[in-house]
Amino acid sequence: MAEISYQRASCVYEGADKLAVDSLSLDIEDGEFVVLVGPSGSGKSTALRMLAGLEEIDDGTITINGKDMVGVPSKDRDIAMVFQNYALYPNKTVGENMGFALKMRGVPVEERKRKVAEAAKVLDLTDYLDRKPGKLSGGQRQRVAMGRAIVREPQVFCMDEPLSNLDAKLRVQTRTQIAALQRRLGTTTVYVTHDQVEAMTMGDRVAVLRGGQLQQFSSPTELYDRPKNAFVAGFIGSPAMNLFTTPVASGGVSISGATVPLPRESLNLLAAAGLDTVTVGVRPEQLELNRDGTGFRATVELVEELGSESYVYARNTGVPLTGLDGEPVIFVARSGTRSPARLAETVTMSVKPEGKIHLFHPTTGERIGD
Amino acid sequence: MSTDVAARPTTTTPLRVKRKRRWGRDTVWSVVAWVIGIGFFFPVLWMVLTAFKKEGDAYTDPPTIFFTPTLEQFRSVLSSGIGTTLMNSAFATAVSTLLVLLLGVPAAFALSLRPVRGTKDALFFFISTKMLPVVAVIIPLYVIVGDIGMLDNIWTLVILYTAMNLPIAVWMMRSFFLEVPSELLEAASMDGASLWTAVREVILPLVSPGIAATALICVIFSWNEFFFAVNLTAVQAQTIPVFLVGFITGEGLYWARLSAAAVLTALPVVLAGWVAQNKLVRGLSFGAIK
Repeated sequence: MAEISYQRASCVYEGADKLAVDSLSLDIEDGEFVVLVGPSGSGKSTALRMLAGLEEIDDGTITINGKDMVGVPSKDRDIAMVFQNYALYPNKTVGENMGFALKMRGVPVEERKRKVAEAAKVLDLTDYLDRKPGKLSGGQRQRVAMGRAIVREPQVFCMDEPLSNLDAKLRVQTRTQIAALQRRLGTTTVYVTHDQVEAMTMGDRVAVLRGGQLQQFSSPTELYDRPKNAFVAGFIGSPAMNLFTTPVASGGVSISGATVPLPRESLNLLAAAGLDTVTVGVRPEQLELNRDGTGFRATVELVEELGSESYVYARNTGVPLTGLDGEPVIFVARSGTRSPARLAETVTMSVKPEGKIHLFHPTTGERIGD
Repeated sequence: MSTDVAARPTTTTPLRVKRKRRWGRDTVWSVVAWVIGIGFFFPVLWMVLTAFKKEGDAYTDPPTIFFTPTLEQFRSVLSSGIGTTLMNSAFATAVSTLLVLLLGVPAAFALSLRPVRGTKDALFFFISTKMLPVVAVIIPLYVIVGDIGMLDNIWTLVILYTAMNLPIAVWMMRSFFLEVPSELLEAASMDGASLWTAVREVILPLVSPGIAATALICVIFSWNEFFFAVNLTAVQAQTIPVFLVGFITGEGLYWARLSAAAVLTALPVVLAGWVAQNKLVRGLSFGAIK
């Protein structure tokens, strides 16, 4: 049982001119499953390793149950970690791997055996206890790594991309197993991934990091519905949100000559900020193709058929709009029907009447309005 | 079922051609390998055979292939004082190898654990000591050893052999340590192990093949070392390579006896290699990583 608190915690790698983790503040509640997500180099693994004691806390502090962890070696933090490559002891059997931490703690052999057997039963590893890790499949090794963590009944689980070495199908399966196991054990868990689907499906709350800085820390639905800035908006969701910078017109924003209306309060905010351009975000499912001519015209470049739904990728006609990276934007619209458009066809796209339009400051990327 | 039978001939024809061609190439390579192998092994075999000959049989031209084996040469070698030199060699080899491992393994571990400023310099310093030819240092060395009264003392060789093998051992062991994933140490520390326990329980078992290989190299180098031994020892601390050369005398070569002595000299090293081979071929850290 543990509450974790990062208080302006920073970490810098030797020789680097930038902080790997920059004044990170997070309050993680007891029993919570928190996912740290971000692109590579965002500092998510470093943040986790700081909690685990594998990386120094150079500034600020991290507390577990109010106890300051600065200078406490990892062996004394009572944290179990699942590594990306599992880091199983190759010279020990599965049973010895799982029981190693108990052995280190001086737990008697009999009790150790019982606990390992219990964990093995939960993870379906009973038949493999006498094998060496080298003789196991990837999925089995992953479960041994999990077993090594749960057998100790630690205060905190740290998981560093534990599913990235599994194939796609097994990953989805194991994802639900880990989430279910965590709910059952109720152990506070910090989980690192670069996969936003994992983040959305597993976490009670998700912290999005970028360049060592926290972008947003909230529930998955909140991240999806109210991203705090354009980066989070573009990072969460697949396919990504359509984000483009466009001029403000009277009554709305202009896309390729067509005006998309905005609610009055949004217009007031834009006027108050004195902005004549704005970064607009629309999720693919809020964008629709129509043939009656309302909306902006676009040329279809790709149609992805997923069976239950399809995605249309199209480029607006006329002057191309630019996205966050300064490149011309390719719009993505989700469609519930099969073959909604043909390649190279010109269609009109519009925001659905009930569709939500996110507005972000064109230079800072901060969210404007609700 | 019928389609299976029909399909079979068409698939087997190209397969058979392929197998035949590969078989031909394999044969050529096996012959080459055997020729080279026998080429390397023949001198050893000839030495062993000659060791069992009478001195007269060893000299004939063309060489005698069929002869009555005798242990006469071995008896004569054993009675000529080979025991002391064998003991000297064994002592110098064993003690220096032990020292090399005691000093070199921790050094290599430290140098591979986490690179810091100066790690590269330290490593280069170690290997640079091997770049100076031994001939260049033998005179100052002789003078120093003479001045401190350590000539013809086996401990001189122990120290020299340790110094000679230490750089090699550090470099070799470092490459073995580098192959151990650093996460294993981290995992052990998360599991509550102190550094020492983690090293003993997790790291050392993994690098034990490397330690065996390093030890074997040190044993071979120390056992074979001739130059220091011939210059710095005389009677008391004489080692086996120097003793062996004693059979090549001005009055002539005693081929059979020299061969017998050489067999006795080579035997311990061959045995050490045989003992270590099990460890040498075992995979290093198989299974640690996905």
